[in-house]
Amino acid sequence: MNASASSQAHAPGKIALSPPSRAGDAAFKFLTWCMAMMIFVLVAVVGWELFAGAAPALKAFGWRFLVRSDWNPVSSDFGALPFIFGTFVSSLLGLAIALPLSLATAVYLTELAPGWVRQPAISLVEMLAAVPSVILGLWGIFVMVPWLRDHLFKSLQKHLGFLPLFQGHIYGVCVLSAAIIIAIMIVPIITSISREVFRAVPETQREAAFALGATRWEVTRLAVLSSSRRGIFGAAMLGLGRALGETMAVTMVIGNRPEISASLFAPGYTLASAIANEFSEATGDIYLSALFELGLALLLVTIIINILAHVLIGAVGREKHG
Amino acid sequence: MNDLHHKWRKAKSAAISGLCFVCGVIVILPLALILFHLVRQGWSSLDLSFFTHLPKPAGESGGGMANAIVGSLVLLGLAVLIGVPVGVLGGVYLSEFGSIRLNWCVRFAADILNGTPSIVWGIVVWALVVVPMKGFSAYAGGLALGFMMIPLVVRATEEMLALVPNTYREGALALGIPKWKSVLHIILKIAGKGIITGVLLACARVMGETAPLLFTAFGNRFWNHNLSEPIAALPLQIFSYAIGPYDDWHRQAWAGALVLIVVALAINAGVRIITRGNVPSTTK
Amino acid sequence: MTTRTFACILAAALACSGPGRLSAQLLINGAGATFPYPIYSKWFDEYSRVDPSVRFNYQSIGSGGGQKQILEGTVDFGASDGPMSDQNLAKANGKILHIPTVAGADVITYNLPGDPALQLDGPVIADIFLGKITKWNDRRIAAANTGLQLPDSDIVVVHRSDGSGTTFIFVDYLSAVSPEWEKSVGRGTAVKWPVGLGAKGNEGVTGQVKQMPGAIGYVELAYAVQNKLPYAAVRNAAGRYIPPSIDSVTAALATAKIPEDFRFSMVNPPGETAYPIAGATWLLVYQQQRNPEKGAKLVEFLKWAMKEGEKMAPPLNYSPLPAPLVQRVEAEIAGIKY
Repeated sequence: MNASASSQAHAPGKIALSPPSRAGDAAFKFLTWCMAMMIFVLVAVVGWELFAGAAPALKAFGWRFLVRSDWNPVSSDFGALPFIFGTFVSSLLGLAIALPLSLATAVYLTELAPGWVRQPAISLVEMLAAVPSVILGLWGIFVMVPWLRDHLFKSLQKHLGFLPLFQGHIYGVCVLSAAIIIAIMIVPIITSISREVFRAVPETQREAAFALGATRWEVTRLAVLSSSRRGIFGAAMLGLGRALGETMAVTMVIGNRPEISASLFAPGYTLASAIANEFSEATGDIYLSALFELGLALLLVTIIINILAHVLIGAVGREKHG
Repeated sequence: MNDLHHKWRKAKSAAISGLCFVCGVIVILPLALILFHLVRQGWSSLDLSFFTHLPKPAGESGGGMANAIVGSLVLLGLAVLIGVPVGVLGGVYLSEFGSIRLNWCVRFAADILNGTPSIVWGIVVWALVVVPMKGFSAYAGGLALGFMMIPLVVRATEEMLALVPNTYREGALALGIPKWKSVLHIILKIAGKGIITGVLLACARVMGETAPLLFTAFGNRFWNHNLSEPIAALPLQIFSYAIGPYDDWHRQAWAGALVLIVVALAINAGVRIITRGNVPSTTK
Repeated sequence: MTTRTFACILAAALACSGPGRLSAQLLINGAGATFPYPIYSKWFDEYSRVDPSVRFNYQSIGSGGGQKQILEGTVDFGASDGPMSDQNLAKANGKILHIPTVAGADVITYNLPGDPALQLDGPVIADIFLGKITKWNDRRIAAANTGLQLPDSDIVVVHRSDGSGTTFIFVDYLSAVSPEWEKSVGRGTAVKWPVGLGAKGNEGVTGQVKQMPGAIGYVELAYAVQNKLPYAAVRNAAGRYIPPSIDSVTAALATAKIPEDFRFSMVNPPGETAYPIAGATWLLVYQQQRNPEKGAKLVEFLKWAMKEGEKMAPPLNYSPLPAPLVQRVEAEIAGIKY
């Protein structure tokens, strides 16, 4: 605490107190402003690079690129629709699987877990975030996919096969497997951030709810969850970001087939996977350019999904303080 | 009637608590399975030479990933140097000085950047740094990873700072403390644990990334003597071993992944221990 | 205290890897194909013992990546499984030489009960990958494999999702033996596959085929041998069913037509004992080297590779170049100026 401030306040007879220097504040504000603007600078740089690279393809295909379904490197016919579809389905489904699991886990870790379990469990969850994508992909293809194919998918098709979602030949590698592996990848982020958000809810809130006779779950629901909506939304957005950009693990379990199908068991292809798969090897100007255009399409998809999320959650974006 | 309703509420609470526990287990399960798989496949390759030797060529067993381990740490250090100051200070601006509209724009932009596939960052830094420099370097790799960290850290910092009650800010104002002092010494300390969580998450994420390094740090079979030369990294080495034909390479890839996870955990634990005493928080 | 500690650790780490220790060694960087990575890593390791003053750092980022990096000048040499196109060569800042190093085979691998040794015709393979033959006990497959009991199950086609030289060799072959393939799909490092699942890398295809009963795919010989996968004997242009091996690939190389600039295809050659689905891999170097010191070392290495390096190919499942071709390559290497 600044001692001089209080001594100044007590000094009698001094009418014109010199205010604390504004220079420090101004400099600090400017510095932090520059750092915040870096975000826009980065977006501009990424956008510019993608745009510059995609220019030949943009000229060749125009906006029809987004609605065509062909992907032929030999005849240089490119269309992004199957990739856009695959990205949407796998990311949103992955988020839908991960969000409830993460929130429940975060609730468990902050509200319910006994003390000795808490820190090890937290560390374990955060460790999952460090697993390299390629390793997760290899584990996915050698362990997860065969198990899913022989157990979970078979029973899904047996019991829910009347839905077009669960029809068709089961290869194991498919959009659903990709969604599951995306869920595994984004759970640590959502759980960790949600955990911090729950932790920040003052104890007094919980105590008040208890005092009113609420059960454990009601305390959690009333005191913790309802005041954490904004933070949960932030956590979900961070998770979604990872989901959209995930490449290696997804490309190993999705089947890499640029097709649109109603079945979750059908192989698919995401924008990020296509770029990762084909960028290193792409020779030929239009081919490379088409891949850049896929990158632009991904940027577009990310923007759309973000807008959708903001609109759906509506007033969540309100600031907590001025 | 009341009694029955009360019993129902208690039962519901117990059921949901049980459900949360189950969810926790489901979340930990893949990690446990992966760790088990990694250990079973890679344990045999983890000996002292793994940590001290350079990679051996094809057909010869043994060798290690010493240069990759050190390289990953160096790259992480560079990334943190770039990502943390920019990210934390950016988040501070949003939380302390920003307006609603500006903040929404920055948050939106950060979310978009978070959704950018890591390979795009590699391509961007390749065009910006590698081509003009006419060579791959550790600097380029660190820059790519740092760029990836910035949006994550900004978002996390902003969220954590938003959780600090206004009473602290008001109290500091009332005492005549300049804003920059109150932010640096008080607010950041309170939100500190949360911000550190965000930073550690970002670190864990970039440590495991391969794609951005392919075109920037490039990889190096030998020790790096100069940060403007290519440098090895664990994910790169793991990747090239994992996609190779030899079983010995695969085992080393699994071992490398195990080391990567353990290093990430060590950094995690280490930072938490170092900051434990200095960071008070509002609740537990 | 915390920031200071952290800063100290960071400074120490950076100091360890900073330019403190001036190394007398020269670092030469190369990038490109994944297919020859095992043999190149062996060569560079051996060569560092022959000449300790230079270190060669090769990273396999893909043939396309290799071509791009050598065009941009960010590496000292490139490596590619497919020759560079005229269009790309025209973009270069100087003449780029294609130096063939070794050759390898694409094998057809599959997942069938009992791991039978199949015999397959070119047109049959093409029709499988076109989606026209869908069952394992199809007439045409059974006709070439009269002794085998083939199951009545679906064929699951697995191909590469990423562009690669392995694919290039395979579709080059399919185009040569199937007019329909040539017309509807064509050649390239990446193509629009009519049917099948895409897997990333040779490793991905190997993994998929191993995990999925009834699957069929194409991988490099080294992967099939190392993972003990069954592979088919393929009918060559002379009419014989030849299994892939180092000898059958060398036989293919011996009868291939090789032009002046060494950009050639060796699929479906006329030789009796030749394996039809094979291809070479090249190192890409500028004829006029930018850096005289590096150029000199590079040329020395290439000469060593042609003399000593070739001997190391067979144990790693690669085919060395036949002697007449080596002589031609050595003449080409002699023309590199620095």
